[in-house]
Formats: sequence, C-alpha cells, structure tokens
Amino acid sequence: MKYMLLIYNNPSEEPKYGTPEFDSMMSDFFAANEKMKEDGVLVDGEGLQGIETATSLRVKSGKVETMDGPFAETREHLGGYYVLEVPDLDAALKYAALIPSAKFGTIEVRPLMDYSPAA
Amino acid sequence: MENTTPQTIAVGKALDEVIRNDRGRLLAGLISRLGDFQLAEDALQEASISALGHWGRTGIPNSPMAWLMRVALNKGIDRIRASSREDIKAENLSHVAMKYVEDIDPEEIPDERLRLIFACCHPALEEKSRIALTLRTVCGLTTREIAAVFIDVDSTIGQRISRAKTKIKSKGIGFSIPEPEHWDTRLDTVLSTIYLIYTTGYVEQESESRDFCEEALFLVQLLNELNPGDPEIEGAFALMLFTQCRKVARVDSDGASVPVAEQNRQLWNHLQKEQANKLLQNALKRNSPGPFQIKAALADCHMAQPTPDWKQMSFLYHSLWKFEPTPVVALNWAVVLSELGEEQLALDKIETLKGELAEFQPWYAARAHVLTRLGRCEEARAAYAEAIERSQSLANTKFLSTKLRQLESAD
Repeated sequence: MKYMLLIYNNPSEEPKYGTPEFDSMMSDFFAANEKMKEDGVLVDGEGLQGIETATSLRVKSGKVETMDGPFAETREHLGGYYVLEVPDLDAALKYAALIPSAKFGTIEVRPLMDYSPAA
Repeated sequence: MENTTPQTIAVGKALDEVIRNDRGRLLAGLISRLGDFQLAEDALQEASISALGHWGRTGIPNSPMAWLMRVALNKGIDRIRASSREDIKAENLSHVAMKYVEDIDPEEIPDERLRLIFACCHPALEEKSRIALTLRTVCGLTTREIAAVFIDVDSTIGQRISRAKTKIKSKGIGFSIPEPEHWDTRLDTVLSTIYLIYTTGYVEQESESRDFCEEALFLVQLLNELNPGDPEIEGAFALMLFTQCRKVARVDSDGASVPVAEQNRQLWNHLQKEQANKLLQNALKRNSPGPFQIKAALADCHMAQPTPDWKQMSFLYHSLWKFEPTPVVALNWAVVLSELGEEQLALDKIETLKGELAEFQPWYAARAHVLTRLGRCEEARAAYAEAIERSQSLANTKFLSTKLRQLESAD
C-alpha cells in the first residue's frame, strides 16, 4: 500500500537554526531519508516553504477568488510530506516515527487512494 | 430407515459446539487467507448454514472444524471471484491463492488467533472498538451480548464493529504479529484492552448477560498459551486472577463494597490466588519488569496477612511511576503513604492532583479517607458527601455512606 506521511508542526516549537538541536534534527532527517531509500520504500518526499508563501484559491459562483495565506490558520502547519510504498500501516508508522518532527509535532499517516483496475 | 429428527438435533449440537469452541480459530485462519474480516465472517456464516444440510445427509465429518474451514474458504473464494467480475476492487485480495481447497488436514490448521488479537487491538483503532471487536471475533460474543454490558443499543455496537472492520482494511492494518521493536508497546495495547474488558465486567455486578471477567480471563489465558514465557502477559494474567479471587468477598451482605484489607479471607478463591502467585513468581524470574507485573505484585501485597504490606506497596508504586507517571498512580501512591503514617504528605499530594482528577470519583473518596485519618472530621464529612454524589455504583455509595455515618456518630 502507498501511504502519505504529512508532517505537521508548530514553527515556534521547532529547533532554531544554528542550535545543536537544529543540527541533530537535520542529521535525523537525513538518516530517516537514507533509511527509507535503503529499504526501497521511498516514493516521493518534499519539504514545503512557510505558510506565509501560501496562496489559497476558491471558485465561487464561477469567479476565482484568491487569498493570501493558507487554507486554515492553525497552530501546526503542514511542513512537508513523504510518500512511501510499504506492506501495511505498522510499517508506515515505523518510518513515521523516524521523522524527527514527530518529537515536537505530529505526523499524520494516510493511505493513498488506489485507482488500479481489477486484476 | 433412520429416524431423521435425532440426527438433525445431533447435527445442530455438533455445529454449536465447534462454533463455540473454534470460532476464533476458524475466523483467524479465514482472515489470514482471505485478507478481509467481513468476508471471512460472511463465509463462515454461509459454511455453517451448508453444514446443517450436508451433515444431516452424510453424517458429522471426522473433523467438523476442518470441514468448516474448507467450505468457508471455498465460499470466500467464490465471493471474491464474483466481486472481481462485478465491482472492480479486488486489489487487497490479489495475494489470495484463488484455488479451491480440496482437503484440509485438521492437524495442519495453524492457530492464528495471536495475529487476530493483535489486529483487533491495534492502537490505530479506538479503545471501545478494540474491546467490541475482540469480544466479537475472538470470543464469539454476539453484538447483543456486548451491548448488554456496555448498556448500549445493539445497533450502535454493531455499527461500531463494522466501522472497525472497515478501518482495518482502509488503514491497511496488517494481520500479523508485531516486529520485535514494536512488541512491547503493541502488547501493552492488547493487555490494556483485555484488562479493560475485565474491569468493565468487574463493575457490572448483577447482570444476566455474558460475564466479561470470564471472557477477559479466557483471552489472557489464550494469549499466555499462544505466546508462552512473556512476563507481562503472565503479570496481567496474575493481576486479573488476584482480583477475580476476591470477587465474592468484595461486597458484604448489605451490598456495600468492602476494602481489600477488611475482606473475609475465607471467601477468597484460594485456587485462583495460588495460580496468580505462581504466574507472578514465574514472571519475576524473567527479570524484565513491566507495569502489569508491578500491578500484580501490588495486588499480592494488598492481600498480605495479617495486614497489607504498605511499605512494599509504596516501593512498588515508585517503580510503577517510572512506567506510568499518571495522576491515578500518584493518587494510589498517596493513599498508601497515608497508611504508612504520612497522612499530611499524602493529603498535600492529593491536593496537587485536584486539577487533573476533578472528574475522577476515587479522588474524592481518597481525600475523604485521608482527612478522616488526620482527624479533620468536618472537612472529611464534606469530602465524603462529594464522593457519594459522584459515586457510580450502589455498592460504593453504600460503603461511603457507612463511613460518613461513622464520622457523624463519632462526635
């Protein structure tokens, strides 16, 4: 099954750039990434720029409305994601626990929809 | 000519028996091969119906379980074939060998209930769903029997179970035994679920429905057989037996609950107590302490003669705190400290927990008890009144009311 691991965290609780905590977060991210690649489960993964860069769009009565800012103002922001191909939820959770943001934020694990036709 | 009526009755009885004893095992085997909870249950249901007809004509087979497994498996495969023609989504079932089964050797049916238990008690499911699903699939209780104890509507429990089955499939919860690195936490969820089934049954006193305590004991015993030598399983089993052996003694003839130290020891079930002691001793020998072993040891010390071993209990709460730094553990520890003559310290500790335990009835009862020991009668009376107001069982209310009356007649 394919799972998306959505990384949410509160920017004020993240380690600050230049601190030893920041360095260890970076090396932990790197290690998690390496592990996913080595195990052959990593399909995709990216980090996102901050929510101040976000633009939100809706179409209302045929008219495009754009807004400066994210879809919802929440304390924890979506900061990045991974897509993994693993056998089951337990395996996905195992990799989710390796992501350093789990220590100060939340990793939401969701199966992707499968559109493959019947065998 | 043979008489058909007795034959029909015999078939019905044989089927009942195999379903009662082996339903969990059959289901586990079917789920592991068919990869789907609902499909496995439907297939077993269909196979049971055919069994009535077949066995009536040809006699009861040598191994009714193997017969049911074979027929249910083939019914399940039929359904998969039909659904892959009609409604497209069969991707989860692609791993199933789509070959009909000719013959099954009953000796070769592996017992896959351990995997079934881990799937039903997966932490990605809600607590109440875990309980309901485990009772339904592993113990074979009907939704009505489960609803009776939860004081819930039949259909609500039915929906809860069917949602849980859907979630197992949609979230991709595997039908497998956790890897060693996850074993401890996953086992803890399983044991906590079983223990909750136990305590749900324990507070439910006068009920004609299925006894959840018995079901929980069945489950923990099964777990201990399927995975022998695990100290936490032994600890949980011991804890439940220590509690179970006091079941009759916990309420007096007036229906009021009796604290462990004041119970009539004659009424304890000494066979169960002995079995609990043995299990606990075995667990401790393995030198790998855990919360259930500590709680079992606490129960053992609480039942010590002639009085509870409060000192040892205080040490044990200290160890438990390392595993479970929860306000409830802190509260119980404080009560033990008050028994050791540290009433003021205990009261101070209890007061600091007020915010976290404002909704927890035992907090009020514990505070009342410690205030009484301190001789602060007026405050104790008010505290007992608060505890009575929040009491959820008649036995508890009666016990607390007696305490309150004793305080009132004292002055």
